[in-house]
Amino acid sequence: MKFTWFNLMPWPYLPDDFREKNRSVWVDIDQRLFDPAKSHEVYNTYMDLLEYAGTLGFDGIGVNEHHQNGYGIMPSPNIIAAGLARRTVDPAIVVLGNSIALYNPPVRVAEEFAMLDCISGGRLVAGFPVGTSMDTNYCYGQIPSLTREKYQEAHDLIIKAWTERDPFAFNGRYNKLRHVNIWPRPIQQPRPPIHIPGGGSVETYDFCIDNTYSYSYLSFSGYIRAQALMNGYWKRVEERGAPDKSPYRAGFAQTICVAETDEEAERLYSEHVSYFYNRCLHVYPGFADAPGYRTIKTIQSGALSQYAPPTGGYSSLTWKELTEQGHVIAGSPETVRQRMEEMIKGLHVGNIFCLMHVGNMPADKCMYSTKLFAEKVMPKLRNIFPEYADDDRFWCKPLAKRVSAGSLPAEPARAPIPAE
Amino acid sequence: MDLKTVQTHHVPVRYLTGGQGPALVFLHGAGGVTADDPLLAELAKSHTVYAPLVPGYGDSEEAPEIRDMLDFTLHTWDVVAALGLRDPILVGHSMGGMIAAEMAAIAPNDVSRLALIAPAGLWDDEHPIPDLFTVLPFEMPELLFHDAEAGAAMMTAGRDVTDPNFLQTYLVTNARQLGMAGRILFPIPERGLSQRLYRIKARTVVVWGDSDRLIPPVYAHGFKKGIAGAELVSIPEAGHLINLEKPAVVAEAVGRLG
Repeated sequence: MKFTWFNLMPWPYLPDDFREKNRSVWVDIDQRLFDPAKSHEVYNTYMDLLEYAGTLGFDGIGVNEHHQNGYGIMPSPNIIAAGLARRTVDPAIVVLGNSIALYNPPVRVAEEFAMLDCISGGRLVAGFPVGTSMDTNYCYGQIPSLTREKYQEAHDLIIKAWTERDPFAFNGRYNKLRHVNIWPRPIQQPRPPIHIPGGGSVETYDFCIDNTYSYSYLSFSGYIRAQALMNGYWKRVEERGAPDKSPYRAGFAQTICVAETDEEAERLYSEHVSYFYNRCLHVYPGFADAPGYRTIKTIQSGALSQYAPPTGGYSSLTWKELTEQGHVIAGSPETVRQRMEEMIKGLHVGNIFCLMHVGNMPADKCMYSTKLFAEKVMPKLRNIFPEYADDDRFWCKPLAKRVSAGSLPAEPARAPIPAE
Repeated sequence: MDLKTVQTHHVPVRYLTGGQGPALVFLHGAGGVTADDPLLAELAKSHTVYAPLVPGYGDSEEAPEIRDMLDFTLHTWDVVAALGLRDPILVGHSMGGMIAAEMAAIAPNDVSRLALIAPAGLWDDEHPIPDLFTVLPFEMPELLFHDAEAGAAMMTAGRDVTDPNFLQTYLVTNARQLGMAGRILFPIPERGLSQRLYRIKARTVVVWGDSDRLIPPVYAHGFKKGIAGAELVSIPEAGHLINLEKPAVVAEAVGRLG
């Protein structure tokens, strides 16, 4: 199993009446609710938490990209990842990911990911999302029905830039480049492992299967509602004639809160879970899906019904409903272990993106929950898929010998001796 | 109106046709056009009307290779040629007006009569056009009609919103139609037309509803200024879907072109 500790980086100061007074947490969120001076501490605490998780045996620490979004203050995940690459030693740096259709030219992603891989000593796990409609279309102005074509071209360009050893010309529809020749290039060969976040479209299933990429379902609605979608993926893996059904071909994001007992979990975390589901997920429906962003095939497949919030919206759900319906896995280490095992086996997923910082959760509670998970839950879930223990196609392969940050002496010992 | 098909270079194109008289090509807006459109009926009283559907609209085939403004403009010229027409009266509403203006600008010697009905294509920072792509269905009537209540009744007529298949059909139609329209209208419905308007030689009439809340009437002046000799017809008590609210008055304005 691969466990990645993930932080969406929500803004923790949305007011109590946020839902009533604002139409959306995303795209046209009120600028005045962001306080740059307060963000100084928020950013540094969030990065500290990621680094802390990196010391507890999580396989990876994860960041992602959102724009104009109250629950994600990471328009550039690569900036956060660069900080993490310096301050951590062992965990994979999981950037899930860069919305590659938004970069002009996308060679920029090939370069920045290469830099992250080099700085971290080969610890990068790269993610290439199409990007949500809110980010890609409404914030960044990409034409909805051309987004996927542009994404595909960006992907082809990045892969070629990573793998070609000589300068080449790239005559794309959206990118015309005479001299592609990235410098630096990644440590990992032939390329870093790639994870593709998806929301149930058959085209994305096939794209992952054909290229040996891991398919990640990043939902906030939990594992029970994800079953149908993941069944669809595994059925497609079989139909498409993939050589195996390795669980590492898939990933899943799950909100997790651990305490000593189930009661303590509710007492400690319910207000923060409520903050997340009530304020952070308050998105104006007009920003949900620009017409043309989804393919007709995807709409017709009915996959979107699983993607949609539950009837009545998230705001009506109580702690009991959120936990029982699996939106949130919370409770004592034993409760969480049982439910995690049910999820991992049920969905057949090897990569778990653990959403352990929730809403406006303060650092002490987050560390408490994270430590309990790392010490009392994670070890018991390690060997669920022993037959695939050697499958390293979907994870990073760091250099054996890596330098650590800050290894220089405080002062030069003496004047350097000029080379002869 | 009859629904027929004509083959073009990219795709077979569906078009509505009917009436008698001089040939008139009508280009529909982002919402599409149906056989019972009252403006088409009015125009057909004195013209032979051809109203081609943009690929992806109605039951027509999609054309993935039509991506940008030049593609739309040339494709629509392909349609005119495929219909065997020379210098038809060219009429466009909203998005269709934008395409018609581009056609007249790119081939000024091939269009002698042009009617632009609340056309898209210009942008004025002082008067931003609302983002059609974020508007929820229930908000549409307020934006599109002078009389929102009557407009809402027109929009929902014949639709059973309790039918479980309705939503899926609606989403598919929206994705096909507005997905295609988005190629020239998203995120801002402007693709450089203002710097090409000067090329238009056609006798031009610009028709606008006084209560247009989608593309406010102030935009009429941009077209009037940009096209030499253009005549402006303002219509009171009419919104953006002027074709539904005041079809006879619009047809009369178009009739001035002969």
